[in-house]
Amino acid sequence: MSRVYLDYNATTPVEPEVLDAMLPYFSADFGNASSIHTAGQRARAAVETARDQVATLIGARPQEIVFTSGGTESDNHAIFGVIGSLVEPPLLAVRSSSPVPTLPHVITTTIEHEAVLNACQAAEKQGVRVTYLPVDREGLADPESVRRAIRPETVLITIMHANNELGTIQSFEEIGRIAKEHKIYFHTDAVQSAGKIPIDVNALNVDLLSLSGHKLYAPKGVGALYVRSGTRLRQLLYGGHHQRGFRPGTENVAGIVGLGKAAEIARASLAGDAKHVSTLRDKLEHGLLERIPQVRVNGGHAPRTPNTTNIMFTGIEGEALVIALDLKGLACSVGAACSSGAVEPSHVLTAIGLSQDEAKSSLRFSLGRHTTEFEIDFALEVIPGAVAQLRALSPTYRTEAAAHQ
Amino acid sequence: MNTTTEFDTLPTREETQRGLVAIAMSGGVDSSTVAAVLQEQGRPIVGLTMQLWNQRRLPELQGDGPKQHRCCSLDDVYDARRVAQHLNFPHYVVNFEEQFEQRVVRPFVDQYLAGRTPIACTNCNTDIKFEPLLRMARQIGAERLATGHYARIRKNEQSARWELLRARDESKDQSYFLWGLSQEQLSRSDFPLGELTKEEVRALARRTNLPVAEKPESMELCFVPNGNYVQFIQAYSKDAGISLSQSEGEIVTEDGTVVGRHNGIHNFTVGQRKGLGFAAGKPLYVLSIDPDNNRVVVGDDDSLRTTSFEVNGVNWVSIEQPAGPVRATVKIRHKHEPADATVHPIDSTTARIAFDDPQRAITPGQGAVFYDGNRVLGGAWIR
Repeated sequence: MSRVYLDYNATTPVEPEVLDAMLPYFSADFGNASSIHTAGQRARAAVETARDQVATLIGARPQEIVFTSGGTESDNHAIFGVIGSLVEPPLLAVRSSSPVPTLPHVITTTIEHEAVLNACQAAEKQGVRVTYLPVDREGLADPESVRRAIRPETVLITIMHANNELGTIQSFEEIGRIAKEHKIYFHTDAVQSAGKIPIDVNALNVDLLSLSGHKLYAPKGVGALYVRSGTRLRQLLYGGHHQRGFRPGTENVAGIVGLGKAAEIARASLAGDAKHVSTLRDKLEHGLLERIPQVRVNGGHAPRTPNTTNIMFTGIEGEALVIALDLKGLACSVGAACSSGAVEPSHVLTAIGLSQDEAKSSLRFSLGRHTTEFEIDFALEVIPGAVAQLRALSPTYRTEAAAHQ
Repeated sequence: MNTTTEFDTLPTREETQRGLVAIAMSGGVDSSTVAAVLQEQGRPIVGLTMQLWNQRRLPELQGDGPKQHRCCSLDDVYDARRVAQHLNFPHYVVNFEEQFEQRVVRPFVDQYLAGRTPIACTNCNTDIKFEPLLRMARQIGAERLATGHYARIRKNEQSARWELLRARDESKDQSYFLWGLSQEQLSRSDFPLGELTKEEVRALARRTNLPVAEKPESMELCFVPNGNYVQFIQAYSKDAGISLSQSEGEIVTEDGTVVGRHNGIHNFTVGQRKGLGFAAGKPLYVLSIDPDNNRVVVGDDDSLRTTSFEVNGVNWVSIEQPAGPVRATVKIRHKHEPADATVHPIDSTTARIAFDDPQRAITPGQGAVFYDGNRVLGGAWIR
């Protein structure tokens, strides 16, 4: 069976050029980038080239890039790093002239990735106060609500750039300006935007930015954190002096080389990729809206990453549709996978105002650089039939359809 | 009871439907062997493992000891997945936590608190496995659902009804838990282990090198850790905001004499002897539980034996609803030897059952299943 993959927001294949660039660093040039000798120097050179490449993708300086194990570590490092740098453990009080220690405050949104949400919840258990800002029906946070949420003890604003489920892109210029005005660190999880849309850390006004390798055609297990020069950040891990002490642990040289190469390719092909995937994404979206009754695009009126569409098929169980489509050879996704691999209703979709049932009946299709028109035609061929089959057996669809007439 | 000739004359299943079969896979040896059996028959299969209950929900119930195998644990999901990988067929974990809580866990707790002794497995079969799971199976393109139940289904061409029969391995028979199935549900279900003994199933699992071939059997309710109902009910009630106040009450004899105190009627089940909390000259048993007065009524073994009782939620399985009384052997709990009785229908959902001889501990909340030899005529809930 031929398989069509429309789940690039979950992960992407390693680009052949990326793999080629990585291969020497597994065996031939296997040196430890911290070693003095020639083997180490070759590895070090490769890591620094990659640092340049990643910095260039986001308009940063190389010394502002810290390599990590991926998006989750980058997010955790940003959040706990900022909190930790300002707080005296174990009291967790903001260093201030005020005699009464105040608990630090963090502002985020309700649609963040679990790496941010769960890190914030863990911080709350340590005494940090967190404001979870609501978003509108398109998944956008209002800069004014950010401004209103700021308190004297606010130390960090962390808001994702593009949402993984909806693709909606936050407008950061203003939020960034507000953060700067109040001298509050501003972090963004850019895992879903990097490589898909242009990113410039200065234009976005961010101090910290998280990246993940495997979302942009590099391997899993490598990511990066941009740390603006002068940002006070406590380290997350303790160990050697790798990466200027910011992130100890022997560098994952091959992975870092892969991330660098992927960043370089992304920068060069970004405009072309965006045009290619948005054309196909729009074709898919329009095709589904035309062919299937009672279909709606979630977050469709906001600026979106060019590859993502989130579609609600009224009256179906998204979990069943994903399985039905997978059995027909089409991979897409629904909700969030829980520890068993089963699906839980998406907190992002309920945050934009969908009911539990509406959230459960919504699927995400995310395209990639290698998606072809043929694959979209295949999707348009199999999805309507699968939806019809599910609806025919749905205990709720008939009545809902009747109610809409 | 049954003769082997009846088994020999069983019609073979029509092999007309060669389409995709979904298998409800718990991660145990039985449902895993179903996959091996169907695959050997050359049938296209897909495995579905239900995520039913999150053990983290009631963390206080998680002991320090090694986790036992339970059908809701991540270990079992992992095992089901390994079996699917081993046999190389598609497998998915599907989330039924919400339905399971609504239709199995909550009613289970409510029934206990109402002084009854529920059977969650019957609800799970009728309301989860052969309802939303079967529907999901059909939605993903499988017209049939196969499970690891030890029971058999056959079509009676004369009556045009689907009949439910006891398993060939009587020691493993699970027909007692399946009386709630409708004709539609039966027509779409496969019980491939119904003709096999447990030993044969184990042998099959070993022959096909299933990773779960030596896995011990789970005997407990999957969502109740260590089989401790009382602890579970208390923890769940607290979590769900169900009030357990007025939990203490009197233990009385049939004539109303107070002979002791109890610490909550959910600690008791009809026929129970241990745990009455007081010494007595002769063995005393729980005769009934009176939730309205929060009382436990006790008496001697003779008082525990009764002949007649009412049932509700009657479901006729292998026969149509009869016009008048029906002779049957009736089984009133999983380990009860079916006894001769007459079922007197009152209306379409209630009936009075009269045993020929008194039976011990007829317990409200349990199922009463009416058999004609091997056939499940129907079943109902003991009122």
